[in-house]
Amino acid sequence: MTKLSVNRKQYEVDDDLDTPLLWVIRDSIGLTGTKYGCGVAQCGSCTIHVDGHAKRSCVTPMKAAVGKEITTIEGVSPDSTHALQKAWIAADVPQCGYCQSGQIMSAAILLKENKRPTDADIDSAMSGIICRCGTYPRIREAIKQAAINGGGK
Amino acid sequence: MTPKTELDRRSFLKATLLTGGALLIGTNLPFTSRAEERFGIEAEPAAEFHPNAFIKIAPDGKVTVVVGQAEMGQGVLTSLPMIVADELEVDWKDVTFEHGPPGAAFINPALGGQITGGSASIRGLFDPLRKAAAATREMLVTAAAQQWSVPVEQLRVRNGEVFHPTSRRTAKYGTLLAAASKVTPPTAPKLKDAKDFKFIGKNVKRLDTPEKVNGSGIFGMDIKVPGMLTATIMRSPVIGGKVKTFDDSAAKAVKGVRHVVQLESGIAIVADNYWSAKKGRDALNVVWDEGKMASVSSDKLYQADVAAAATAKGIEAKKIGDIAAGKAKAAKTIESVYWAPFLAHATMEPMNATADVKADRCEVWSGIQAQMVVQQMVAKELSMPPEKVTVNNTLLGGGFGRRLGEYVIDAVKLSKSVGKPVKVVWTREDDMHGDFYRPSAYNKMSAGIDAAGKPVFWQHRIVSPSIMATLGPGLFGFAPPPDRLDDTSTEGASNLPYDMQNLYVDWVRTDPGVPVGFWRSVGSSHTAFSTECFLDELAFEAKKDPLAFRLSLLEKHPRHAGVLKLAAEKAGWYKPAPKGIFRGIAVHESFASYVAQVAEVSVDKKTGKVKVHRIVCAIDCGQVVNPDTVAAQMESCIIFGLTAAFYGEITVKNGRIEQRNFYDYKMLRMNETPKIETYIVPSTEKHGGVGEPGTPPTAPAVVNAIFAATGKRVRSLPIKPADLREVA
Repeated sequence: MTKLSVNRKQYEVDDDLDTPLLWVIRDSIGLTGTKYGCGVAQCGSCTIHVDGHAKRSCVTPMKAAVGKEITTIEGVSPDSTHALQKAWIAADVPQCGYCQSGQIMSAAILLKENKRPTDADIDSAMSGIICRCGTYPRIREAIKQAAINGGGK
Repeated sequence: MTPKTELDRRSFLKATLLTGGALLIGTNLPFTSRAEERFGIEAEPAAEFHPNAFIKIAPDGKVTVVVGQAEMGQGVLTSLPMIVADELEVDWKDVTFEHGPPGAAFINPALGGQITGGSASIRGLFDPLRKAAAATREMLVTAAAQQWSVPVEQLRVRNGEVFHPTSRRTAKYGTLLAAASKVTPPTAPKLKDAKDFKFIGKNVKRLDTPEKVNGSGIFGMDIKVPGMLTATIMRSPVIGGKVKTFDDSAAKAVKGVRHVVQLESGIAIVADNYWSAKKGRDALNVVWDEGKMASVSSDKLYQADVAAAATAKGIEAKKIGDIAAGKAKAAKTIESVYWAPFLAHATMEPMNATADVKADRCEVWSGIQAQMVVQQMVAKELSMPPEKVTVNNTLLGGGFGRRLGEYVIDAVKLSKSVGKPVKVVWTREDDMHGDFYRPSAYNKMSAGIDAAGKPVFWQHRIVSPSIMATLGPGLFGFAPPPDRLDDTSTEGASNLPYDMQNLYVDWVRTDPGVPVGFWRSVGSSHTAFSTECFLDELAFEAKKDPLAFRLSLLEKHPRHAGVLKLAAEKAGWYKPAPKGIFRGIAVHESFASYVAQVAEVSVDKKTGKVKVHRIVCAIDCGQVVNPDTVAAQMESCIIFGLTAAFYGEITVKNGRIEQRNFYDYKMLRMNETPKIETYIVPSTEKHGGVGEPGTPPTAPAVVNAIFAATGKRVRSLPIKPADLREVA
């Protein structure tokens, strides 16, 4: 059994150590907000935080997160009140919604490291996350709004 | 099979084959929920008022709108409830939604089936939902009138309550439910005057946003059923190939692998979880009988198209005047070939489905655009009556025409085989290889102008495979005969709006063996490219401004002209563009909406790389329900169109689809996304669609702008920078 800390809760799982975190989180722990999109770190739908760094969970083996704090979309805020979540709701960003966990998790790291990102900063931080519905213009606006509302906290 | 199947199939075909989906079928929607009567859906608590299939009202006044359409991002979980809330006169905060079951009540009269497609949800359901909500409102009012012994004419409704102005009595809807349920539903309820709409035509926040920002929204991929196993299927790398032999000894040794099952589609590994199934599959050793497609490659298919365009007999799609007479009048004739490749849908959520088959019933969970079809397919597979098949629709992680539901059957077969609920998960590579692709289209075009620059003829031959021939048998029980037009191949070309005097459009049906299907905007996804670019060529030959040339030929089509003028005005068409930036314009009608776009691009002379700076979009979609959703769909359609224009290309080599994942089937990313502006033409016309009509004009607007920038015509998609480099 392997001990993992996800969203500040302790879990024990019996997956192999090389199992990608994505499938440990989804299948063994049962948190399905983190999505499978490509399996090869191309689309970013599976983005999570490991000790405050954005990671593509589809290519991150579980052993890389042992002893570290994992945060998924479910742990970003207890009640959808993170500045990014509020900005996402205000701008009605999601369409199908499938990639949005990855978008928000990536944006959260951006705002943590850059309180007032420019368009270029946003492009450079967010271009790894594909949205097939094309919500990019609204994501950009929502990130700016969240920054104004103190989203880096 | 349900009693209505025969009619549904015919209605659907009538709608799609003959009219491209634009025809309204005169189906009477029953107000009682036949779905529930027939399919025995769990009884609601007695206190709840459920006057028809679409509406439930709880004692606390909460209104649940049952949405029988699939939510794939286009906003039906909000727009359809808005229609109900407006007519019912309730507070938006009291409105919520529920995914509807398969059922006759949810048949979209614009399509003749319970199908989410053809940008038809509001087009088909606006009137039925209003009537259902108005009838419900009248039942509540009648209940209050009876309780207070006053004439119904003296009563008014507002914000979820009935009130009597004379006596100042009020009753919240929630207190009238038992009495209202005894009232006979009116057959011709009075509808609100459009000027009194509270929600329709206003920006209303989407009801499904909250669950999409905190990970709680449930997609098919997220379904968990007690005792469920997860499967992945190793399918033939060659289209249509079959398993010859296989060795599963190493696969069975993988921890967590429970079963190996041979299916018609391939070898399924059924395991405790996805990763075990994936590892088991990687350990499989399969020898394939590759079949006849093994010798097929894209270059050969293209050569076959060239030959077919030159020699085959076409099926007439449209004829106006006499081409020969037109040619005789031409002072100048031009000829071009336009090519659009096969395209994958590449929804962000790969295909998946969960099934739980029991001896006498079956339950499935998946994101599906055609729930009733799936119910019937599953029933047929299991030799059960359809009412024994429960279909639970989830959120769809993208649809775009891909999620009609055939992928449910493997889950059903596996659950039946192993005796447990089974979820089948496709990998991204499975999804890329197992799609029903947007058909390729080879376009042979010629046109002529007289000495004054006025068009005198337009001839367009489209060579492409038939969507209905591929999907018809599985979905609707038959395929169109080979000598019959499949309108999905020529829509957008056969109804060219420009006055050409003499016009001939025909279609040559090919059968390349590559499965094809409905892809966002269907035929218009390629006919807008061929027609709007070739028209630009004609404008150039006539030495006319591309916009002025279009307008001069659109006298009988004011809605096309209207969006063109609006987009041009907002883009500043008549003023010079900033240095280094060039503009192109295109207009197209599809799904009863008219969309014009102006693209602003710059092209790097050294690399040929194109940057799209801005797209200005004007849409006339008739009466608007939620303007912000219209804007969102235009943004979505445009980015979808840009992805196809710059990257989209599915190729075949030795029968294998060559693209595998997002590294070789690229998507537009945020840093490549232009500024997008959407302007909506105010209109009281009947509704047009919005989920698709924004895609067709994007590629031609960009390509026409590239011509303005470089003098080079892009006649083959995707756009290749190497072709645009300026040779020193």
